Amino acid sequence: MRNPEMFISLIKIVVVLVIMLTAVAYIVLLERRLAAAIQNRIGPNRVGWQGFLQPLADVLKLVLKEDIVPKSANKFIHDLAPVISISVALTTFAVVPFGDHITLFGQNIKLQIASVNVGILYILALTSLGVYGVTLSGWASNNKYSLLGGLRSSAQMISYELAMGLSIIGVVMLAGSLELDKIVQAQAGWKWNIFLQPIGFITFVVAAFAETNRLPFDLPEAEPELVAGYHTEYSGLKFGLFYLSEYANMLTSCAIITTLFLGGWQLPFLDGLGLPDFWLSLFHVGAFCLKVGVVLLFFIVIRWTIPRFRYDQLMNLGWKVMLPLTIANLLATGFVILLFE
Amino acid sequence: MSSNQHPKIIHKKDLTFWQKLYIPEILRGLRLTLAQIFRPKFTRQYPEERWKPPASFRGRPVLVEENGVERCVACGLCARVCPALAIEVQGSETELWKERYPVKFEINMLRCIFCGFCEEVCPEEAIVMSDEYELTFTSQEEGIFGKDKLLMPAVKLKDRLEFLRQHR
Repeated sequence: MRNPEMFISLIKIVVVLVIMLTAVAYIVLLERRLAAAIQNRIGPNRVGWQGFLQPLADVLKLVLKEDIVPKSANKFIHDLAPVISISVALTTFAVVPFGDHITLFGQNIKLQIASVNVGILYILALTSLGVYGVTLSGWASNNKYSLLGGLRSSAQMISYELAMGLSIIGVVMLAGSLELDKIVQAQAGWKWNIFLQPIGFITFVVAAFAETNRLPFDLPEAEPELVAGYHTEYSGLKFGLFYLSEYANMLTSCAIITTLFLGGWQLPFLDGLGLPDFWLSLFHVGAFCLKVGVVLLFFIVIRWTIPRFRYDQLMNLGWKVMLPLTIANLLATGFVILLFE
Repeated sequence: MSSNQHPKIIHKKDLTFWQKLYIPEILRGLRLTLAQIFRPKFTRQYPEERWKPPASFRGRPVLVEENGVERCVACGLCARVCPALAIEVQGSETELWKERYPVKFEINMLRCIFCGFCEEVCPEEAIVMSDEYELTFTSQEEGIFGKDKLLMPAVKLKDRLEFLRQHR
């Protein structure tokens, strides 16, 4: 390789992708086991030790299923939609810093795939692209339930994208940068944004639930009303891609919440332990994974706690509560910053 | 009730301020769901843990076997009463004191509806509902149970026979 930088990036991409896909598979298992536990059941525990090979069996099943495309569907877009969904879900992770620096084989490697200087804009742009996957799949299926699901999804995204963007701006104002790396560094010690921006944190988490179509806001696939919503007409591997992208989205959202509000890879007491550099950076990655895991558990438990919102309630919450709240939070943050500088 | 009476108006209780905030209520909900995780599970791990039905359970019908011989005298009442026409009996004479015995006794388990009429009608207490509920076959022919599969020693059916004597 003539260009070591590129080579390192390639390795990072492969490693992160493999870890992410494995993690997603096991989030599915975790969700099923936890859901079962909450409902006083046991859950899948037959395939492998405690069901540890269940994700593999699921994937195998999905691959072996017939891929059915409805006669009146738009074939090209029907094929394209899951690809959009999954690629958006996976590429968003590219800008999330999962550690500081690590020195391996004499190379100083930054633990982030792409250090984009407008990282937050990148995230916002890609997550709003994700809605195309859902909406197009709803439209291309030529099924009324799918279409309704797709429409709901686009309306929901528009309402919550605004609140999401505005709640991030408070964080950006505090850090003074759009770079995720800088935002993490600005939260050193206990200066986590969850304490400095509690309202921003709450609104962002709520918007993240809406963005990932997770339960209190899973109207696009509300099964009592819309069969399965936008993926009613999908089967086999294409359905699997939607399923995968839902969980990948969840993982990415948790990573972004961790980065923006929970101090990213930092743990306040870790730096004071006087560990060697190599181990310190490994612990940073560990801290990041731990925080993401906690947020993931929260996502999963919430799904089995809160019932689905009604459509008008969803819109009310988005436009009449979240939006004014985030704007007020923005103003308050601005005043405080002006006062102290 | 006269129809011109106004229906009673039910006022919905307004939510309190804290309930309107959602978040305390969500936390309460979370406490409930998290508490459920540590409660005992209801699931029975089936092939390892099997359910032992009570004596009143109507499992697959079997022929009671006593001292190596079935009690059945091939009267054909069970075949007559069977609403699903699942039973076929062919009788013949024997040297034993009961004088008649079934040469052929077949129950088509694909037709059987587990109503227990055969057991009720049997004058000899020869056909009873066992506690077996695991019935699987891979072909229709396998679903027809002959005497070889139907005979069951009376010792195994003690609970059911006891139950029948008490409640009939």
